[in-house]
Amino acid sequence: MEHIPILRMGEFLLITVQVDMHDRLALQLQDDLTEQIVRHGSRGVLIDISALEVVDSFIGRMLGNIASMSRVLDAQTVVVGMRPAVAITLVELGMSLPGIRTALTVERGMEILRDDVARARQEIEVEVAEESADGSSQV
Amino acid sequence: MEVLKSETLAVRTSEDVVTVRTSVRKMAAELRFGIVDQTKIVTAASEIARNTIDYGRGGHLRMEAVNNGSRKGLRLVFADQGPGIRDIDQAMTDGFTSGNGMGLGLGGTRRLMDEFDIASKLNEGTTVTITKWSR
Repeated sequence: MEHIPILRMGEFLLITVQVDMHDRLALQLQDDLTEQIVRHGSRGVLIDISALEVVDSFIGRMLGNIASMSRVLDAQTVVVGMRPAVAITLVELGMSLPGIRTALTVERGMEILRDDVARARQEIEVEVAEESADGSSQV
Repeated sequence: MEVLKSETLAVRTSEDVVTVRTSVRKMAAELRFGIVDQTKIVTAASEIARNTIDYGRGGHLRMEAVNNGSRKGLRLVFADQGPGIRDIDQAMTDGFTSGNGMGLGLGGTRRLMDEFDIASKLNEGTTVTITKWSR
């Protein structure tokens, strides 16, 4: 069974799609990825599609599914490296990848993921602080 | 119209869709289409190839390098012997799908190509012909 490799980097997962995906390979990636998110408690997924010469509606839909599934599992997805010709074609096709965050480079994609995680932590800390403040005033 | 070169491929499995993309890309590059037009043609081919499999129960693609006297073009003819399409106008509408897709295949493909023709007969099959002309 063919698989697209998924690399783990701290709390993030990195995927570089380097082959033209047939449908089963794309569906296998959804399965593998969701399984890895849960196993490692990953907070973010970065998908590099710079090697993809074509993104048709099937692959576009698969990217959208991955973003939605990840979100449900409390992980953010960023798609990076889209070729200009692919962007032009997708929009003309009528597919602007709603719900998918994109960045031009891997560096910027990682920045987005790190910022997201930092923001989520801050919110939790504020909530915890507020709760303990409430608790102490009641005593 | 002169046919300079012709090639036929099977369109039956999801792996065939990948072969279609590779072969169409090669012929589009030979015809000196720019990278954006190449991408549009290959994407259009991918969409129709998938329709041929999902709705037409498989078929074949004939790729033709053509010359209309003033310009060269790439013409792709997808033919299946599937159930046919009952309402072509409806099938061409963005957002309409009888399957599990997003319903962008036919309408979206027409926007990517210069010429788009679809002929269908119930219980006999569907033929989609798409053409892109070099600029």
